Amino acid sequence: MSVLHPGAFSADNVGDGSTAAHNRMEPTHFAFDAESEAEIGRIIARYPQGKQASAVLPLLYLVQDQMRRHTASGWVPRVAMDAVAARLRMPPIRVYEVATFYLMFNTTPVGKYHLQLCTTTPCWLRGSDDVVAACRKVTGIKGWHETSEDGLFTMSEVECLGGCVNAPILQIDNDFYEDMDGPLTERLLESLKRGEAPPQPGSMIGRMTSAPEGGPNTLLTVTE
Amino acid sequence: MLHDSDRIFTNLYGQHDWRLAGARARGDWDGTAEILLRGRETIIDEMKASGLRGRGGAGFPTGMKWSFMPKVSDGRPSYLVINADESEPGTCKDRDIMRHDPHKLVEGALIASFAMGAHACYIYIRGEYYNEALNLQAAIDEAYEAGLIGTNACGSGWDFELYLHRGAGAYICGEETALLESLEGKKGMPRLKPPFPAAVGLYGCPTTVNNVETIAVAPAILRRGAAWFSALGRPKNAGTKVFCISGHVNRPCNVEEELGIPLRELIDKYAGGVRGGWDNLLAVIPGGSSVPLMPKATCDTVLMDFDSLRDVKSGLGTAAVIVMDKSTDVIRAVARLAKFYKHESCGQCTPCREGTGWMMRVMNRLVEGRAEVAEIDMLEQVTRQIEGHTICALGDAAAWPIQGLIRHFRPVIEERISAYRAGPRVVTPVNLPLAAE
Repeated sequence: MSVLHPGAFSADNVGDGSTAAHNRMEPTHFAFDAESEAEIGRIIARYPQGKQASAVLPLLYLVQDQMRRHTASGWVPRVAMDAVAARLRMPPIRVYEVATFYLMFNTTPVGKYHLQLCTTTPCWLRGSDDVVAACRKVTGIKGWHETSEDGLFTMSEVECLGGCVNAPILQIDNDFYEDMDGPLTERLLESLKRGEAPPQPGSMIGRMTSAPEGGPNTLLTVTE
Repeated sequence: MLHDSDRIFTNLYGQHDWRLAGARARGDWDGTAEILLRGRETIIDEMKASGLRGRGGAGFPTGMKWSFMPKVSDGRPSYLVINADESEPGTCKDRDIMRHDPHKLVEGALIASFAMGAHACYIYIRGEYYNEALNLQAAIDEAYEAGLIGTNACGSGWDFELYLHRGAGAYICGEETALLESLEGKKGMPRLKPPFPAAVGLYGCPTTVNNVETIAVAPAILRRGAAWFSALGRPKNAGTKVFCISGHVNRPCNVEEELGIPLRELIDKYAGGVRGGWDNLLAVIPGGSSVPLMPKATCDTVLMDFDSLRDVKSGLGTAAVIVMDKSTDVIRAVARLAKFYKHESCGQCTPCREGTGWMMRVMNRLVEGRAEVAEIDMLEQVTRQIEGHTICALGDAAAWPIQGLIRHFRPVIEERISAYRAGPRVVTPVNLPLAAE
């Protein structure tokens, strides 16, 4: 990783993967479990006969979810890519290139909670630097895509999450936590550290979704 | 000011029930079969007459796009693909439609597919919209359950299948041909055009790709009439639009308003004004990160529609209004966008793959002022080498914000360079350029 100047942005979004403590071995074998198997047929049926390659993204999601269920770390090992390739009758390289092209597939293990921090301009204008600093402070993580010593958190920098009127946004696993700031972020992560369940996603300052703070100023005459 | 009675997305904020019962109470799925019975040609003519232009950024007339699809099949099926890969920085309108008014999209998908002779439609939703996908899938399931879609949809005799497909974190898949590649199970790398998707699209079949908002407003237009829709907004810029107002405003929000509303009115009336007052405004990016920013002087008077913004060398794009007040380091704001495009370039075309990284590195130096004044012109020239020289518009999108910055804020960049030269000479580590990042 190149040395950063103050005010400059890193070119690297992905570090070397995981810390030594969590450098889990690549598994030697992967098989879809019953829960995944139940989904596969349903997924492939969405696409025309012979076009089963379309199911590669959904199947990679299945792998990641299954890994989370079994190892508490949602990621896609290479042996699982091979299993997807075999199931969809695709050359393995086609699955590897898809799995590495799309950011949401973790090709190395992640912590129990995957913190995905949007730092793109709309979030940055609203203080995403403070959210990043708070995450670093609580987790002790220094770089991107690194996992905390306790295995609880992995921090990734992501690009615009598409919730810009509720910026800044911290995505934890599948959920968006919105209207964040430094102290709110610290409190949220401390509660996860104490073993509490993640709070309801959405605005952390009590806003009604994307309406202006204080309540909507349109649609006041709409009733059902 | 737009009256609530003319607003299409009446559950924009999710204040009411988003499920089928609530949607029906707000008027969705009312007389859908009758609309289909009017026939393909009538529906497309009505869409043309409404003046609706695509809501995904390019603003292409929707009725005309629908008319490009083959009237008679040559044996290949036709497809509608709905672009729900909302990823343009600043934009979060389709998110609200899918989580709070999903039945408008499902009903629109049926009508649009029928009008284009498509028996199947895929909605490609960005992977990060996990919870939004759950709502949308629930709405699709409800519609199947109620016989509104599926075999003999709404009792119209038309068979229609609707599928949701999740992306996995790649901005480029919002480009229509990259989206099709992704849907076919490949990397999202744009295709050369021609052939256009209407001739050779998904699985080599005739395909139309439309944005979520475009499809979701179609039922309202067909129910209330083209004359109603075209009377809203301004000539050639008809109708309502969901605006996303983010950045340095007092109360960021989404709001549906008429096209052509003055930018200042939009910000003051709905978003609580610029932080610190209108005079504290520095610049606005009016249509998502890909369009050039506008300095305050332009913002004072500009109207928010396709043609007005094009006339000031910017664009409506997705109508995502990103506001920056005078506290903003505008060079850094644009440098962060340069990093975004560098990260999201698919790597297929050399000018974009190499150019986005090059521009990002120069922009990072400009943030510090560690540059020669002559490099500003060089940067501008390089943006011209990228613009128009790539398969898709990502190269253009990466070039335009920087062009806008240089056009309007050159003195700020020059000042930064002078300040760096005058400042204490600290030894800064060299940011070595890497050939392939």
